[in-house]
Amino acid sequence: MFLYAAAYLEGHPLLHRLLAVLTLFMAAMLGAVLADDLLLLFAFWELTSLASFLLIGFDAHRAEARRAAQQGLMVTVAGGLAMLAGILVLGDAAGTFRISAILAQGSTLAAHPAAPWIVVLIAIGCFAKSAQWPLHFWLPNAMAAPTPVSAYLHSATMVKLGVYLLARLNPAFQEMALWQGLLTGFGTATMLAGAVLALRERDLKRKLAWSTVVALGTLVALIGIEDPLAATAAVVFLLVHALYKASLFLIAGIVDKKAGTRDAMQLRGLARRMPITAAAALLAGLSMAGAPGFIGAFAKDLLFTVQLGVPGLLPAVALVVNAAMVVVAGVVAARPFMGKPMETRDVAKDPPPALLVAPIVLATLGLVFGMAPHLISAAIIEPAAGAILGRPTGIALGEKQGGTVVMTMSFAALGLGLLMFLGWRRLQPTLAGQTWLDTYGPDAGYGRAMRAVSAVAVALTRRVQGGSLRGYLAASLALVFAGAALVLMARGGLALPLPGPWAGPAQLALAAVILAGALAACRLRALFGQVMAAALVGFGVGILFLTLGAADLAFTQFTVEILAIVLLVAILARLPFHAPDARRAPERRRDALLAAGVGAAGTAILLAVLSVPFDPFITEWMGQAAVPEARGRNVVNVIIVDFRALDTLGEIAVLLRRAGKPG
Amino acid sequence: MLDSLILRASARYVLWACVALSVFVLLRGHNEPGGGFIGGLIGALGFVFHALARGPAATRRVLRLDPLAWGGIGLLLAAGSGLPALLLHAEPLLTHQWMEGLPIGTAIPFDIGVYLVVLGFALAFVLPFLGEDAA
Repeated sequence: MFLYAAAYLEGHPLLHRLLAVLTLFMAAMLGAVLADDLLLLFAFWELTSLASFLLIGFDAHRAEARRAAQQGLMVTVAGGLAMLAGILVLGDAAGTFRISAILAQGSTLAAHPAAPWIVVLIAIGCFAKSAQWPLHFWLPNAMAAPTPVSAYLHSATMVKLGVYLLARLNPAFQEMALWQGLLTGFGTATMLAGAVLALRERDLKRKLAWSTVVALGTLVALIGIEDPLAATAAVVFLLVHALYKASLFLIAGIVDKKAGTRDAMQLRGLARRMPITAAAALLAGLSMAGAPGFIGAFAKDLLFTVQLGVPGLLPAVALVVNAAMVVVAGVVAARPFMGKPMETRDVAKDPPPALLVAPIVLATLGLVFGMAPHLISAAIIEPAAGAILGRPTGIALGEKQGGTVVMTMSFAALGLGLLMFLGWRRLQPTLAGQTWLDTYGPDAGYGRAMRAVSAVAVALTRRVQGGSLRGYLAASLALVFAGAALVLMARGGLALPLPGPWAGPAQLALAAVILAGALAACRLRALFGQVMAAALVGFGVGILFLTLGAADLAFTQFTVEILAIVLLVAILARLPFHAPDARRAPERRRDALLAAGVGAAGTAILLAVLSVPFDPFITEWMGQAAVPEARGRNVVNVIIVDFRALDTLGEIAVLLRRAGKPG
Repeated sequence: MLDSLILRASARYVLWACVALSVFVLLRGHNEPGGGFIGGLIGALGFVFHALARGPAATRRVLRLDPLAWGGIGLLLAAGSGLPALLLHAEPLLTHQWMEGLPIGTAIPFDIGVYLVVLGFALAFVLPFLGEDAA
């Protein structure tokens, strides 16, 4: 694959980047399949998503590639988040994150009350990664990536990761009806959707991508079927698919490069000029179609045998889908090379060996394994299938599995496929004319969702960051005090303190003055008047402090009040306008209401604080210690400069820091 | 700046009266209501009054140093007042020391530091609002 990539993108200025990311991907992929810890697996899993993002967006100057890269990332990572949630629940339920330990618990986990959540969440993650309907749409778009990437990541490896995890976890959940239903249901839907869309496509690479979707659906459905044969079928099909799909992708890349187009309608008669490429394509295509003698035929027979054993629609779906695969194989592997030679811009001829080695080797292996299945049966297929099942399958590859029904179905699929292939020229425009598939498909839904997210973000930003200081202030106050009030009420914190000494006449009079000031501040329209009314409140509170014996507090209140008024008046006097308050009546009412609410919340909090029995220990100690320890009779000041001097130092440091950088 | 003859003429006296009052409040603070925090605010009021009458540039000339510099001196003074305890008696920072029988101790420079920081902060914050700073 690396050899092919280096030759395919020869002279590309960013080739080194592609190879680096491919290496990163390979490392992540190996890590994911070797990891025994679910969290570690998840980390590698996301790393493959990231590498895929970088590789799809390799031609970053094309808007289409950028969109596809983002789409692939969004879908797989969003699914990954669901899977992470599932993994966490699973780890909690099983008491471990080690896959081997989880599997050792057998099917007891399926009886856990959280099991449905685990199954659904993990399935979402795997479905997104392995392009299951309705999350399948990102995969064909990912064909914006350079061909070697499509062949490596998006047919053979990364998209199989979801299948891999489902297979790994299958022994723990295979007896759950939900697990079986979910996997066979979505797998079948994916097969059908992929088959229809594959027939509709003209672009070679996208066509192959849709057939990959079909293959992934088949695999998921197979894992969902609880049958030893299904496990063997899944593994064989996985291997077969990897062999023929990668080589077909590579051939499509060669054709694209040499003939200048990937449109299956235009590509004709290249066999004469590219004989080696045509031969490799033929081998891979025959394996894909399931022609006798190729390993693809084993896979197909196994599939039919398993699918016939399942009641319901699956056998019919399987027949149609397999016929569709025959068509795809024909269109991609045979049609471009048959018939009258087409006009090409350059002279189309076989590429250099670096490009040819990989597709030839992969396609030939399909034939070799088909002829001699014992090469892989015991070494690869049986251990993998046994791992899916959780016990040995007891099935040897190459034995005749099915009876005459399977044979009949196999040939029926081949025949139906051939018929459809011959009529594909007329079939394709009819299918492509069904524009509702695009209009209401999940890809369009993804676009709508992304636009909706942007629209919501814009609307929210406009609303929240309106630029009005008054709005910010109102929102902050409302949030802080409404939040505090809600907590107070929800937690039953509302309380009244024990009645204390009744207020004297002077305090009652001051309260009246403060109230009048507050009302005036709400009623007055002139800005200066409002400032003065607010000052009335401030000074009133200051005098109230004085009557209650808090001289230091009153002192501070006065000076701060004076400074604030001077500052406000100085600013107001410098403003270029002298208009009264610009707020309209409803706004003024709303602000007054907010102020009253904040006041009420503050009062409630204060009352609740006062209702807690007061522990006088610290106060008494400080009162007694002030003179002997700190030689001061003003306890407030002693606390500030002595008992808590370090606090004060910190406070004045912060104060100065703020002054040094206003705003 | 508010252009008024009475204000301009009285500004200097009000300023020094405020500063004198603030120092008085600062020093009595240990035994009576008062202290560095309130003192600093009162002193700042005097300077703000001066700036309103004569413009912030004139006030900055009276101050000689930038308000922030005064604040910085105050911070150093406050921090420094705790060092003797640390260095001489191996006690924690800011454990104030007192001369036997006399009301003089390291808490006083600490309070003066607080005074200067508050004064510097208030002026650095307010002065820019009181007219174009030509200083």
